[in-house]
Parts: sequence; structure tokens; C-alpha cells
Amino acid sequence: MQLDARIPEGPIDKKWDNHRFRLKLVNPANKRKYNIIVVGTGLAGGAASATLAELGYNVKTFCIQDSPRRAHSIAAQGGINAAKNYQNDGDSIYRLFYDTVKGGDYRAREANVHRLAQISVNIIDQCVAQGVPFAREYGGVLANRSFGGAQVSRTFYARGQTGQQLLLGAYQALMRQVALGKVKLYPRTEMLDVVVIDGKARGIVTRSLVDGKTEVHLADAVVLGSGGYGNVFFLSTNAKGSNATAIWRAHKKGALFANPCYTQIHPTCIPVSGDYQSKLTLMSESLRNDGRIWVPLNKGDKRTPAEIPESDRDYYLERRYPSFGNLVPRDVASRNAKMVCDEGRGVGPTGLGVYLDFGDAIQRLGKRTIAERYGNLFDMYERITGEDPYQVPMRIYPAIHYTMGGLWVDYNLMSTIPGMFVLGEANFSDHGANRLGASALMQGLADGYFIIPYTIGDYLASTKLEKVDQKHAAVKDAERGVKERLERLLAVNGTRTVDSFHRELGKIMWEHCGMARNAKGLTEALETIPALRERFWKEVRVGGTGDLNLELEKAGRVADFFELGELMCRDALVREESCGGHFREEYQTPEGEAQRDDERFTYVAAWGWGGEGQKPELHKEPLEFKEVKPSQRSYK
Amino acid sequence: MRLKLHVWRQKGKSAEGSFSSYDVPDVSEHMSFLEMLDVLNQRLIEKGDDPVSFDHDCREGICGMCGFMINGQAHGPLKGTTVCQLHMRHYKDGDELWLEPWRAAAFPILKDLMVDRSAFDRIIAAGGYISTPSGSAPDGNAIPVPKDKSDRAMDAAACIGCGACVASCPNASASLFTSAKVTHLNLLPQGEPEQERRTLAMVMQMRAEMFGHCTNVGECEAVCPKQISLENIAKMNRDYVQAVFKYREPSAASGSG
Repeated sequence: MQLDARIPEGPIDKKWDNHRFRLKLVNPANKRKYNIIVVGTGLAGGAASATLAELGYNVKTFCIQDSPRRAHSIAAQGGINAAKNYQNDGDSIYRLFYDTVKGGDYRAREANVHRLAQISVNIIDQCVAQGVPFAREYGGVLANRSFGGAQVSRTFYARGQTGQQLLLGAYQALMRQVALGKVKLYPRTEMLDVVVIDGKARGIVTRSLVDGKTEVHLADAVVLGSGGYGNVFFLSTNAKGSNATAIWRAHKKGALFANPCYTQIHPTCIPVSGDYQSKLTLMSESLRNDGRIWVPLNKGDKRTPAEIPESDRDYYLERRYPSFGNLVPRDVASRNAKMVCDEGRGVGPTGLGVYLDFGDAIQRLGKRTIAERYGNLFDMYERITGEDPYQVPMRIYPAIHYTMGGLWVDYNLMSTIPGMFVLGEANFSDHGANRLGASALMQGLADGYFIIPYTIGDYLASTKLEKVDQKHAAVKDAERGVKERLERLLAVNGTRTVDSFHRELGKIMWEHCGMARNAKGLTEALETIPALRERFWKEVRVGGTGDLNLELEKAGRVADFFELGELMCRDALVREESCGGHFREEYQTPEGEAQRDDERFTYVAAWGWGGEGQKPELHKEPLEFKEVKPSQRSYK
Repeated sequence: MRLKLHVWRQKGKSAEGSFSSYDVPDVSEHMSFLEMLDVLNQRLIEKGDDPVSFDHDCREGICGMCGFMINGQAHGPLKGTTVCQLHMRHYKDGDELWLEPWRAAAFPILKDLMVDRSAFDRIIAAGGYISTPSGSAPDGNAIPVPKDKSDRAMDAAACIGCGACVASCPNASASLFTSAKVTHLNLLPQGEPEQERRTLAMVMQMRAEMFGHCTNVGECEAVCPKQISLENIAKMNRDYVQAVFKYREPSAASGSG
């Protein structure tokens, strides 16, 4: 398949403007004749639903939670980037673009990233107007903080709850449209397949999570904003319900899956405490602004942190990266934590942890200032660990946090199924091989508020859409497929729980496709995962019936994770280089930094579903760097 | 530690419910409360029994999906904490715990500890927003907002919509939830143009959903995992009285064309 990213011509800073002018428009009176389905109500899906309805389209919006306000965007803590340069510290659209391309280790599309940086300034305006209570200075203007991977202060924030406030802004805009009758809302409803007719996405099959009924919803276009797939690893910072089912079913219906192996490990999470652990908790990256990361200088030093004098501490990030120090990007910080723990210098009962110490900051700024900046995070840490971070350093360790990979989309955010658009974390588009902090919120809202409203109109205006109804064979087939699969899961009635399989899959993924990967491990995983999947379909016990059944929901999602996990390992094996979050042990510089191979791998790996038990097919979209010259990323 | 749980089991909306008792013999103090229930559920499934259904998602105390009563207290005994963030170190060997769903006419039970809180969404839909279509906003710094107002708005906006306030109120009032949104938006200059309409519409919807009246008991504030203040209810009531007198329906009797 020839992948056409449809990147507009012209200089980088004119591409989006030119493109917007060339996009076809749907006139206001005709918009109400079109029906659009949106799956997911996070920043991307919520913003898209509200905006499309404001424009006049008829929107049906689906989410698996009991309310659209609960999508996992809500858990984002630190902030949202925008090139406002309110701090007068040298920021610009071009600098945000540059930082993001570099931060992504030169594996993102330049044109997309530049558009994102341009739009970032409109997002802040929009959110302020919605009443998002961003942090402010005494004079009443907006405040900023700095964040990993940048040397300017461009991050806007609402305490440690920025994601919550931005999501509530989008949710409120969405609920306004619900009241106006332009959006019909389907909470506690899960998309289980996509209906493709004449090669175009024309609807979805859903299952009510309250009574188990399946339904088919038809439309003129389908928008997926269903989030990332970090829960393949079982333990991640994602919400328990976050899953890949919507994008995976779309993949099996023809949407290519891009760069599945690009996963982000967040450096500052609370370490695992036991085998009952159900998820990992993130401590915002903003903590690295004032916290200093260190481990004992010597292996096996079992003294308490207070007993270890300065001379016996190794502030390894400050030592190795003097210019960025504790603010190096996430992939670099995570890898370094793993390295010092592998050397036997890790702290805490498991030895898998490093200190994040606020002692100096408290001395410099006072406890009150620190409490104002991070109070809620400190409280959360204490609730979970029982330790007071004002007194003893926090213990942190990296955990799976975000997935840069996702469904392949062109510049219009359309997948390889015409009429199916993919937004936010569910697509692969803007972060390359590593995402910078405070950029996920930016991308979700850019896609939802300011990109899809233009590009979907162009599709609708330039596409001939036949009338379709519930009697169409493709509709019947899709619904039958969904029902059969649910029945099959219920019928296995084996001996092992869904969670026990999911945990085992997660262990394989973390060990072989986690922070460090190598050919041997990946090859092994490509054998153990299919074997485990086979056992899942023979031994899983779902229990209960087809109505309200939380185990049945989980089982369907875990079955998809098995297939996706295998694809991630395959992608990681083929990519014989290290870049961003993808670290292949065979490919590193003498100092242990990621070693790219631009000659062979400056491309997007877009995988096509090969069929059950068949090998997937690799398509390549070559990447071009005209603005930012790829170099060895250095934060030294 | 060993715990005895009495859990409300109810098959569906219209089914009868009752307590069932379970022994959980090996609870670690580092587990969260929901992880303890996960362990119980794994055993129930292995035995072929129906696991306890409860809502949960982020398990970081921010999505507002989880919540039930533990020994009559919403989200359990720890102040300012959702049940997903409550850890077992706050319990001791031999403790006996009674788990019940939120109980309110406006929150019908779906199954076991799961309830339907869509009434909250309808209150927001009635007026809990600022009408600014995407693209229509002025520059973010065009309207300065005094820091104290912005901070107070943020305090109110921290509400996670979990419903603990309703479940704890003897009148099953949604006043704390509704007033938190009214306060958040009414305090900001951006929310000013719609202030009266918003306040009237949200209060009206709250009544239509069969939530009770506020009688200043204060239980809502005491259990709120985000420690939303009772002051918000006072502000809502003041804004409501003002709105009753000030509000006029916008009219364009002769048409706007």
C-alpha cells in the first residue's frame, strides 16, 4: 500500500494556513444533514464532539465510563504546553516545534508538529474562555512553569489537576450541546467493531455495559478518540478501564497501526509494592523542577537517606546532563534510573527505586512554597506509601505511561479506512518516538477543537456517501461477529481469571518490550505471547452472563491486548535502532545513549492486519526533515 | 490481617438486595481498599461465584468513578480521600466492614455497589458551562482574573462528581455538587454573562432530579474527598436569590433578522 500522508506544499509555517484554505467546506444548512460518531470523551473526543456539534453536525458520542467527565485525560497532572511566550523568555512557535521534533528523537512528521505548535496558542485562549481556572500571578495574568525537555517556561497549569480542569472544560462544552440536542450521549457503552461499507467507515457496533445489548449505529463518518494502549503491560499509570479495543477492531478492519513499539515510560511513579498491585501511580513530572534525583554512590548502601552524607550521594542526572539536569526528557530520565538500579544502587525494599529529594528545595523556598506548588501530590504520595515526603525523600521508579504509537493517520487525521478519523493518543501522529511532558493535553485538544472540525468537512464535502441502513449485509456481519465473540468468551468456562492472564502478559511485555529491548528477548516474546493467548482462549473463566458483567468487558479487552502485544514486539524487533522510548540494547552509544540509525529507519512503520494467526504486513512512510536537522539528541 | 466483609449484593435495578458476608484472610497493609476487593473477587471467580461489581477507573482519586459506603461513611474513614486511595494500613486485624452503595432516589442501583449518577450530568447540561464555541475566544491574558478569585474558583472546580455528598446527606441533596460548579463559573469574569441563567437552571434541574433540599447538616463537606467547602452552598443560595430578581429572558420579539 502506498501511504500518502497528504502533507501540504509550501514553507513549514504556511502549510496549515494554505491547507485550511484549500479544504472544502460544508455549508451551514447542509451540516445538519450529516451524522458523525465520536468514540471516547477524553480531551480529543470530548473537544471534537462539542466542536462538531457547535458547527451544526449531528453527533453521537460514546464512552465506557458512567459519565463523559471521567475519561482518563482527567488524570493528567502537570500541565499543557503553549508557545505564548508570556514569560518573555525566548519561546516561539518555532521553538516549541523544534523542541517537540527533537524530543521525539526525529521520528515525527515535521508538518504535523508545526501545526500543533501553531494551534497551541489558540487552545489556551479557548480554555481560559471556558473558565478553566489556570494558575495566575497576583496581577491576574496567567502563570507558567517549566517542564522536562524544554529550557523555557511554557507550561500552563491548574495546580496538579490540569488534565481534570481541561477535561471538565471540554465536558461542559459537550454537555451544553447535549442539552441543545446536537449531541446524543451514550455513556456506559463500548464500541466493539466498526462497520465498513464500500471501503468507508459508516458506523460502529456497540455493547451496552448496563444490559449487554448490542446495537449498530450508522453515520457518515466515525471519529475515534479512545486513548492509548499502555494497559497491555497490565501495570501502568493508565486508568483500569483504558483499553485498545476500539483502535484494535478498527485495525482488524483495515486501519494500519503505526509505530506500536513506541511506548513512553514515565520516570516519576511510585514503585511497585506487591503482587496484588493493580496499577501504578504517577507523580507529576513538575516535581522534577524542585526535586533532586539521587541514589547512593556505593552499591548496597542500606543506610536511611538522612544518614547518607552529601559526599556519598550520586545526583546522577545533574552529573551526567549538566545543562538539563533533573529536567532531561522522560526517556532519558527513565533509562538512567534503570541503569543505576541495574548497577545495584537502587533504593527501597525491592531495590527498584531512586530518591526524589525535596530537602534542598524546602530549605531554599520554605515548606509553605513547596506545599503550595505540590501539596496535593505530596498528600497523594503519603496516602499511598505511608511516608511523609516533607520529611523523607520520595522513592520513585519508571512506569508505562503513554503510547506514542497508534493508528496511522494522514495530515487530515484520517486513517487508512476512509471516513475514519483518529485523534489524540489513539493516533500516532505528533510525538515521534518520545513525547515531551505537557504535550499530550496539547495534542488531544488541538486535534479535537481545531483540526478535525476543518478536515472532516473536507471529507464529507468531497465524498459520495450512499444511503446505508441496518439491513446491509456488512451491518449484519459486524454485529454477528461481535455477538459470537462475546458468546465464545463466556463459553470457555475454564479455571483461570482474566486478570491472571493479563498479569502474565504484562510481565512478558515489561521484561522484553519495556524500558530496554533486545532481539533475543523479543524473539522469545513472539513465541510466548501466542502460546499464552492460546491458553487464554482455552482456560479463561469469565463467569456470569451476557448482561452487566465487568469480567466479560475485561476479557474482550485482554483478548485484544494479546494480539496488540505481539505486534508491539514485532515492531520493536524490526526497528534495529534505538530512538526515544524504544531502546534496543544492541544499539547504544559508548555513553549508553540511544543510537539512531537514520539511514535505515527514518520512517513510520505502519502495520497491516494479516488475518488470524498470519504475519502482519509492514508499510513504510518515509519521514523527511527539512527544518530540524536530525542529530544525536544531547541534553548534556 | 484478616477482615470480615458484609457486602450489599443486588443483581439489578429492580431486584431485591441483601448483605452477603465474606472472609478475606490475608490482607496486606499496603493494599488499597479496591485491591483488597480485587483479591476477594479473584477468589470468588475461581470458586465459580459472582464477583462483587463496583465502579472504579483511574484509581488515583481524580476520575470520581469509585465510591461506596464503608461502615456508613462515604469513601471510608480517611479525610479527603476516595476509596481507591484508601489503604488497608488504616484497618486492623479482625475488623468487620459493611459495604453499601450510594443510596439516593436520584441514584438508582445498577448492580451491587454500582449506581447510576447520570442526574449529575443533567445538572451540568442545564447550565454548568460557559458558552464559548471553539475559536471564539480572546487572548488568554485579555481578561485578567484576580489570583484570589481564580484560586477560589479552582477550589470549587476540584469537585470530581463522585456523589459522596449526596450519599451522606440525610436529605440526599446535591447542593454541594451543584454549588461547586455554580461557584467555579460565577466567580470568574468569563462566567459572568450567564451567571443568573446558569444559577436558576442548575438549581431547577437539581430539584427536578428529586435531590432533597439542603438543611445545613454539613455531612457532605465532611466526607468530600476533595474537601469542597460548604461556603459554596451559601454562595449558590445568594446567587440564586439575586438571580430570581434580576434574570430576564432574552427576547427578540420582533425577530433578529
